Amino acid sequence: MDEKLMLSLLQKNARMKITDLAAALDESKDDVIEKLTELEKKKVICGYHTIVNWDLTNTEIVTALIQVNASPEREYGYDRIASHIYKFDEVDTMYLLSGSFEFVCIVKGKTMQEVAHFVASKLACVDGVTGTSTYFVLKQYKNDGVILIEDEDGKNDRLVVTP
Amino acid sequence: MDYNEILSDRVKTIKPSGIRKFFDLASQMEDVISLGVGEPDFTTPWAIREAAIYSIEKGRTFYTANQGLQELREEICRYYQRRFHVDYNPKDNCIVTVGGSEGIDIAIRAILNPGEEMIVLDPGYVAYTPGVELAGGIPVTINLRQEDEFKLTPELLKAAITPNTKALLINYPSNPTGGFMTKSDYEKIVPIIKESGIIVISDEIYAELSYEEEFCSIASFDEIKDQVIVVSGFSKAFAMTGWRLGYVLANPVLTKAMNKIHQYIIMSAPSSAQYGAIEGLRHCYDEVLKMRDSYKARRNFLVKTFNDMGLETFKPQGAFYVFPCIRSTGLTSDEFCEKLLEDQKVACVPGTAFGPAGEGFIRVSYAYSLEELKVATEKIKIFVDKCRGNHD
Repeated sequence: MDEKLMLSLLQKNARMKITDLAAALDESKDDVIEKLTELEKKKVICGYHTIVNWDLTNTEIVTALIQVNASPEREYGYDRIASHIYKFDEVDTMYLLSGSFEFVCIVKGKTMQEVAHFVASKLACVDGVTGTSTYFVLKQYKNDGVILIEDEDGKNDRLVVTP
Repeated sequence: MDYNEILSDRVKTIKPSGIRKFFDLASQMEDVISLGVGEPDFTTPWAIREAAIYSIEKGRTFYTANQGLQELREEICRYYQRRFHVDYNPKDNCIVTVGGSEGIDIAIRAILNPGEEMIVLDPGYVAYTPGVELAGGIPVTINLRQEDEFKLTPELLKAAITPNTKALLINYPSNPTGGFMTKSDYEKIVPIIKESGIIVISDEIYAELSYEEEFCSIASFDEIKDQVIVVSGFSKAFAMTGWRLGYVLANPVLTKAMNKIHQYIIMSAPSSAQYGAIEGLRHCYDEVLKMRDSYKARRNFLVKTFNDMGLETFKPQGAFYVFPCIRSTGLTSDEFCEKLLEDQKVACVPGTAFGPAGEGFIRVSYAYSLEELKVATEKIKIFVDKCRGNHD
C-alpha cells in the first residue's frame, strides 16, 4: 500500500471517508482500515485534528513563541528538561533547536497576562532553564500549510471546457 | 461583401474544434460542474511566479535569443538527461517555444511537403489533424482500440505506413485517453520506424504525469533518436498553462529548420515566462511530485467509481484523464455529454471531439479536487442510472 499517499491524503482531509480513501489508494476497505489501525498504533498517525482559525471566533486566544535557554544535563542531554516543560498544558508545540537558544515553545493562553504569568512562574523556574524571551503573535497568516487570511491566490478562473 | 469568400481554402476546409462546440454549450449554463478541463487545477508554484516577477522588476523585458535563453536551454537539456536519459545540447538541439502548441506546429511545418502523409492517432489531441492540414499535408489516422489500452501497436503502425508517409505524430501519456507506452511497447515499434525512415513527432507534454510505470521517451532509443522531434513544455508538469512555454528537442538539421520558422513567426518566447521556467527546473521538482501524487489518488478514485457504476474504464497510466466507455447507456458520446449537461449540469467532453474513434467514450479530466470529483461523479451516477432505467 502506498503509505505516503495515504498519509498525505489524510493530512489534507482527516475526515475523508474510508470508502473514498480506499478508492483513491486503489485498495480494499479492509486493507485500508488495517493499515490505519497499524499506523495509529505505531503513532505514525498521532491524531485527526481540525485546523481552527480562532481569530474568526469570539474566543479570546493569545499565542506566544518563547525562546528558552537551558543547560544540558549529564545522561539526559536536554530531554529531561524538555519533558518538564512540554507537560504543561499551556505548551502547544515544542522543538529543540540548533543555534543561540535551545528550545522554542509555542504557548497558548486566554490573555497576555496569563501567558506572562505562565512564563514567569512556571517555565522560567524549571531546573536547568537559564533564560527566556517571549514573542507575542500579532497576526496569523498561515498554519500547517493552510493560509488563514483572505487571499485571492489559487482562485480558479479556468474556462469550463478546454482541449 | 461576403468575407467568407475571401478566406483561404485551407482555413475553410478545417473543421471547427469539437471542444469549441461543447464549450459554447457549457458556458451558456450557470453553475456547471465541469470535468472538461485540460489544464491543472494547481496554481503555478510560488517560486516560479516569484522568479518571473523578479525578472520583470529587474527590467528583463527584452526579446531573448530566438532559440530562448541559453540558461533555460541548458536547464531543459540537463532535465531531459536527468529524468529521461536522452542527451541533447542547448546550442544545436533545443528551441524554446510558445507552448507545446507552437512546437507541434513548427515541427510539422519543418518537415511536411504538400501532399505528404502524416500519421496521427485517433482519438488524439484536437490540434494535430488541423496542424497537418494547415501545412498542406494529408493526415492519415490510426484508430486506436480500448482493448489495447489505446497504445500504438506494431500491426496498426505497419498497416498505416505507405511510400508517401513522411512522419508519425504520437502523444503518450495521451490526451484524451490517458494511454501510455512503456519501454517494451516502444521496443515493438522502433524497428518499424527505423526501417521506414519516417520522422516521429513525440508530444511528451504529460511525461511527468506517469504513475506506476516509468515514462519512456521514444528519443531514448539511440537507433532512431535522430528521427525523433520531442515536443514538450511546462504547462502540465509545472502547472504553467497560461505562461505559454514549451520546447522542442531534435537533431541539428531539424532544429535549424524549425528555428527558421520560429524566428519569423514568433521571434522569441515571452522572457518573464522563461525566467520563471529556469527557477522551475532548478528548484520546483518537489512540487511536481506532490501534484503527481494528488493526480494519482484522483485517478484511482475515478477508475473505481466509473467501473462501479458500470461504465467500463481502463486504468490509465498517465496524464490526467480517464476515458470511460459509455456504450452500455445506449447513447452516443455527443448525446451522453449533452444530456448529462442538461440533466445534471456536469460537463464532460465527448470522445468524438478527439476524432471519430472516440465514439462510445467520454473524456473525464481529473484536474479537480477529490471533493469536486466526488460531487460530480455522484451526479453522473444519477444520470447513468436514469439512462439505464429508460433503456430497460
